[in-house]
Amino acid sequence: MKVIYSDVLVIGGGLAGLRVAIGARQRGLDPIILSLVPPKRSHSAAAQGGMQASLANVTRGIGDNEDVHFADTVRGSDWGADQEVVRMFVHAAPQAARELAAWGVPWSRVRPGDREIVANGQRVTITERAEAAGLIAQRDFGGTKKWRTCYVSDGTGHAMLSTMGDRAIAHAIPVHERKEALALVHDGSRCYGAVVRDLTTGELSAYVARATVVATGGAGRLYGVTTNAVICEGMGHALALETGVAPLGNMEAVQFHPTAIVPTGILVTEGCRGDGGLLRDVDGHRFMPDYEPEKKELASRDVVSRRMEEHIRKGKGVKGRFGTHLWLDITLLGRQHIEHNLREVKEICEYFLGIDPAEQWIPVRPAQHYTMGGVRTNHTGESPWLKGLFAAGEAACWDMHGFNRLGGNSVAETVVAGMIVSEFVADFCQRPENRVDVPMGLVDDFVRREQGKLDLLLEGRGSESADALRSAMLHVMTEKVGIFRTGADLAAGVEELQGLLVRSRHIGLRHKAPGANLELVVAYRTQKMLKLALATAYGALQRTESRGAHFREDYPQRDDRQWLSRTLAFWRGEDDTLPTLEYEPLDIKRMELPPGWRGYGAKDYIDHPDTAKRAAEVERVRNEMAGADRFAVQQALMPWEGMLPPRFRGRNERVGEGRA
Amino acid sequence: MSENTVTASHRRLTIRVLRYNPREPGSEPRIQEYPLEEGDGMTLFIALNEIREKQDPSLVFDFVCRAGICGSCAMLINGRPGLACRTQTKNLGPEIMLAPLPGFELIADLAVNTGKWMRGMSERLETWVHTREQEVDLTRLEERMDPELAEQIYELDRCIECGCCIAGCATAQMRPGFVGAVGLSKIARFRLDPRDARTDAEYYELVGDDNGVFGCMSLLGCQDVCPKDLPLQARIAYVRRQMAKQGFTRG
Ligand SMILES: Cc1cc2nc3c(=O)[nH]c(=O)nc-3n(C[C@H](O)[C@H](O)[C@H](O)COP(=O)(O)OP(=O)(O)OC[C@H]3O[C@@H](n4cnc5c(N)ncnc54)[C@H](O)[C@@H]3O)c2cc1C
Repeated sequence: MKVIYSDVLVIGGGLAGLRVAIGARQRGLDPIILSLVPPKRSHSAAAQGGMQASLANVTRGIGDNEDVHFADTVRGSDWGADQEVVRMFVHAAPQAARELAAWGVPWSRVRPGDREIVANGQRVTITERAEAAGLIAQRDFGGTKKWRTCYVSDGTGHAMLSTMGDRAIAHAIPVHERKEALALVHDGSRCYGAVVRDLTTGELSAYVARATVVATGGAGRLYGVTTNAVICEGMGHALALETGVAPLGNMEAVQFHPTAIVPTGILVTEGCRGDGGLLRDVDGHRFMPDYEPEKKELASRDVVSRRMEEHIRKGKGVKGRFGTHLWLDITLLGRQHIEHNLREVKEICEYFLGIDPAEQWIPVRPAQHYTMGGVRTNHTGESPWLKGLFAAGEAACWDMHGFNRLGGNSVAETVVAGMIVSEFVADFCQRPENRVDVPMGLVDDFVRREQGKLDLLLEGRGSESADALRSAMLHVMTEKVGIFRTGADLAAGVEELQGLLVRSRHIGLRHKAPGANLELVVAYRTQKMLKLALATAYGALQRTESRGAHFREDYPQRDDRQWLSRTLAFWRGEDDTLPTLEYEPLDIKRMELPPGWRGYGAKDYIDHPDTAKRAAEVERVRNEMAGADRFAVQQALMPWEGMLPPRFRGRNERVGEGRA
Repeated sequence: MSENTVTASHRRLTIRVLRYNPREPGSEPRIQEYPLEEGDGMTLFIALNEIREKQDPSLVFDFVCRAGICGSCAMLINGRPGLACRTQTKNLGPEIMLAPLPGFELIADLAVNTGKWMRGMSERLETWVHTREQEVDLTRLEERMDPELAEQIYELDRCIECGCCIAGCATAQMRPGFVGAVGLSKIARFRLDPRDARTDAEYYELVGDDNGVFGCMSLLGCQDVCPKDLPLQARIAYVRRQMAKQGFTRG
């Protein structure tokens, strides 16, 4: 058995994994990164729109700060987020953006003077301040009060990932590419690393480490139409779930992005609407203001996606060759803007639709986009159930997004969590009691077990087709666990998925090669994905309310009285066909921002009995401290600073404001 | 819009793939032929997946983003390097020949190890900003940058390391140590970046030879095939002039 040792095993070479590894290295540890693909090909590269950080450099961002970013994020989450984690995040986000600037990301910069923008369908002139000249620029994004999204043209994720990838090379961090972690090695209370398959040779080896970090990105491929890359199959989620002890949080919280092109699901960025693009229906009518008079096209994603589907149900969709869709109109932004700031969009339109977006409207419809659910961790990024197991980025439920994450908050989370979690990982590794002797017998058992599963697929007598099971799963998820959900559909969906899971235990392969074998990969991943699909569908079935992206037509109200809680899904027995669900309540008494109306979407919700009391208390503190500085007020409401690693606690400077 | 008309008859395509798995005992390079009915809006991503699923489970290829963004799926399409995921079959004849990208270690069939090559190039050229200060105070205002300059840097930063320029380059095919347009454009990118403290003398150490900027024969192969339309020739020519000056001052 081949065993590879490191201090920190980072599973995933996207933005989150790279940043964790760099942080660990800066603290003098030896990390190894595993990745299915060369790190720069990770799906972080696809983020076009940008990264939220309250730098407040542009005119429309003046007045922005951590407090405003905090409130937007909590509202966006429909009060599902952990508010202390959100505080840590919004405080460190400006530092993360500036760190990337220092490392070489060519952020778009503020050009002082007048410029024309398109807002609400009108051309208006705004003036950028001279004192902000050359600082990082921000653009408008959905669900935000201020312009806060830092961007690199429309290749933000690509530029961030390429800089981060190069930084990892500068630190000589080994990246083992084309390797797939199949299982975590653990004894029920401590994680020791992972069993890893070489995707070229098929060989299994054991990677043993003091700390193991899951940074494997999202699980969009549970759905038939998704903006995610083909490798976003939730394999890190499955690693944790299959331990039987580490749960996933909020798997039913699945984000659908309003503007995926039809039929491929490839995304055109929210920046299109942020920059002034409009949604139109079959009659060319701009319909969003009819539904959302305040935020219009720029309400949060869950709301815009639902409004679009609602409008299609009213017969206002366009019946195209590839199915029904609506239009995204960016022609009004002008060719110059599109060719400079929305180039990736233009390329996508040309190559995948054969249209020129400066002249023609883009056919769009909502598609799966983001996995809010993930490996449940505490604020340090560690699973409270399995010592030594950490998670960061989209694979984690840290939980700053609750039931809906805001555009631009995800790449921000990857680098901010990367910064913060790497410090906690380093602390963990440097504590003497965590330098455990690895039980090699256990490691050996795990490798054998994984080999056994692969052998069964390759040599067993199963007759089920992996591809057929996969398509059936995609169908169920799309039809029954989509944007609009009902108890009846979900119950039927869960039952169908259970049937598929049982059948997936009898997959037979046509191609028996142990090495590079895509059919084998589809087979073992489908087995794992069915468990994730069940965690999603079953969680959605049990949650009899609507919150953020989780929308139940039979329970359309947010119900704080019963459901202000985080779903935890465990997969306790190998032969189970359903996850075991538990719920983790969110404590209103400690919330800085007690539940209320989001400022968009439905206004009716069922209050929790503690809400009014806490709201009054917050009000009282604010009144008593009127005139005090905002940091003091904030600390009085919900102290969190002690949770952040000391090196990130300093106050963020803003132009014209110093560190106020 | 003519979108409502369903195309009635589809073409019959013949897709030929150069197949070989160096790790499989008995495998020899061969061309395999797959007949396929063309679908509306079919890309090579869709076509190859359909072939793997319905006809031949042993076929190996790489796709990740399937949106022309990540650079994983570069291959020779009718002899020309390109991204398979965004190549529409309707823009090709009914006979399509696919082969792995030359110049890279073959994994199997259409999958090649561009990652390893790119990491080697990055280590050799040190493709990261060599900062002046060790620690930047991240709570302070960021250093300012001219907006035009930021755009110019991004223009070169758009490289997706797909390897097409290497496959399309005569020098790279003859000289395995040549860093290619991808490497040289990165040097151009960091040279442009005021955050990078390196001097021309230091860049000369990295690319002032035939494996670097003097290996380029200006045949434009790279620029012709670059899926991101990077201004490779102009940038390489510029770096070459600067490096020639360096070489000259060194005598
Ligand atoms: C089209 C698109 C556009 C987006 N635009 C924006 C935007 O503008 N702003 C924003 O904030 N967010 C955006 N997002 C979301 C954001 O890009 C992602 O959430 C984020 O980049 C995820 O980063 P990550 O590091 O967590 O994971 P990823 O970048 O997905 O990386 C996952 C890594 O894990 C590896 N991996 C996975 N499984 C295994 C395994 N079993 N073994 C070994 N390695 C494994 C992969 O190889 C990969 O390296 C967008 C998402 C999409 C799909």
